[in-house]
Amino acid sequence: MARKIPKPMVQAETAAYWQAADAGRLLVKRCTACGEFHHYPRDICPHCLSDATEWVDAAGTGTVYACSTMGQGEAAYTLAYVTLDEGPTMLTNLVGGDAARYQIGQKVRVVFTPSEGGPAVPMFTPV
Amino acid sequence: MSLNGKAAIVGAYEHPTRNAENLSVLRLHADVAKGALADAGLTRDDIDGYFCAGDAPGLGSATVAEYLGLKLRHVDSTECGGSAPILHVAHAAAAIAAGRCNVALITLAGRPRAAMAEAQARAAAAGPGKDGKPAKPALALRPPDPDCPELAFELPYGPSTQNLYAMVAQRHMHEFGTTSEQLAWIKVAASHHAQHNPNAMLRKVVTVDDVVNSPMVSDPLHRLDCCVMSDGGGALIVARPEIARQLKRPLVMVRGTGEAPKHGMGGRIDLTWSAAAWSGPRAFEEAGITPAQIQYASLYDSFTITVLMQLEDLGFCKKGEGGRFVMDGGLISGVGRLPFNTDGGGLCNNHPANRGGVTKVIEAVRQLRGEAHPAVQVRDCTWALANGIGGALASRHTAGTLILERV
Ligand SMILES: [Zn+2]
Repeated sequence: MARKIPKPMVQAETAAYWQAADAGRLLVKRCTACGEFHHYPRDICPHCLSDATEWVDAAGTGTVYACSTMGQGEAAYTLAYVTLDEGPTMLTNLVGGDAARYQIGQKVRVVFTPSEGGPAVPMFTPV
Repeated sequence: MSLNGKAAIVGAYEHPTRNAENLSVLRLHADVAKGALADAGLTRDDIDGYFCAGDAPGLGSATVAEYLGLKLRHVDSTECGGSAPILHVAHAAAAIAAGRCNVALITLAGRPRAAMAEAQARAAAAGPGKDGKPAKPALALRPPDPDCPELAFELPYGPSTQNLYAMVAQRHMHEFGTTSEQLAWIKVAASHHAQHNPNAMLRKVVTVDDVVNSPMVSDPLHRLDCCVMSDGGGALIVARPEIARQLKRPLVMVRGTGEAPKHGMGGRIDLTWSAAAWSGPRAFEEAGITPAQIQYASLYDSFTITVLMQLEDLGFCKKGEGGRFVMDGGLISGVGRLPFNTDGGGLCNNHPANRGGVTKVIEAVRQLRGEAHPAVQVRDCTWALANGIGGALASRHTAGTLILERV
């Protein structure tokens, strides 16, 4: 890939997410008090403020909510929101396949792209 | 407490500079403060409240207060990006109503264009890098805040202002059938107004074809869907109505205010509406009027899609009908139902410090005083609205709405 992926800033609160990503697993946070999933992951549930949140392995599949390709040639990349099958929508990149054919509603699955000196970063590719 | 009638805007000044090569950021703040004081017919020593946001250098209120020699009893550095000055007007009205100050100064200024040129010059002077390619200009941007948790989940993906707003445009097109040609009408309207503004950066009248045939920046937004980048700034003076009535200026009364942030909502992303859907109704309720009564609107035009979203969210048309609302000159003064950004707006005139909120209020004041360019002046303009979207529409932003009446 032409574009260098900046290293994510890992905090204690999110270390498990990035460790899992580096091992090829996508985690998502769920609240055991209200049952809702959320993203970005955090200790406190943004839907009910409970601290009873737990990490769950995501299915790793989702649907493109929006996407936009920016830049030319090798420097082009696609920013996207992907709605995970678990419910939350996350900011990400679409990679692989033909960028001209990325579109809203497309089914995608997670892939992991190395970052510069940090853990791998979850991105999505057409199913 | 309602802020309706609690304060008036008595001074407004827009810096004429679009490229501040030889002016410091503080000098720009000082220039606009002096301009607004002169416009109001007040002096520096009348100011007892000061409002600024993240564009003010150093410690903000204290740094600017020292440079200008202000003696203050109320300060507010509410930071919410480009919408900040619109919120500052409301906060100044609240402070005046609470007896905490009588005359409030609001300033916004910056020199991103000059800073970019300086960075490019430094990179060119440094010569090629180790790989033999020309070095990239290193802009002195603030490093990402390690305590800002959401950034870890955004920065690796390369979000920019352009591609975040582009996703909003794409989603709007998907859900409502909005077209690039409809978005282009917003730029066309702004360019029709800018031709009469000698200070505007882009004064050429453009067509829908010009916009949709300009280079793609981030699909589906073209170069002409984006605002300009400019140095400069602007200032406002808000005063107690008793003081305002003693000044020899038309009275521009604050009638309605509203503000609200919208963010990622834990992953419940919905790009089809903005925080203006919250700030707008509150402002209209406080003012006691409806959108149909607004004769002129200053809408934050960072991109064409930003304007479309505000038109819908503020209630000028139904959700999804913004495209039809702006078509065929709907926003052109003298032609359409709702004249907007008659100074040329951020799309054609200026976007100082990459934060356009203050210019939105300034042109609304000009319209209400009857001081806009005769070619774009709205006849008997009594009610005006200014709305700001600060931050980024697709991630997190704050909307501020202001309704003003000429009395
Ligand atoms: Zn919960």
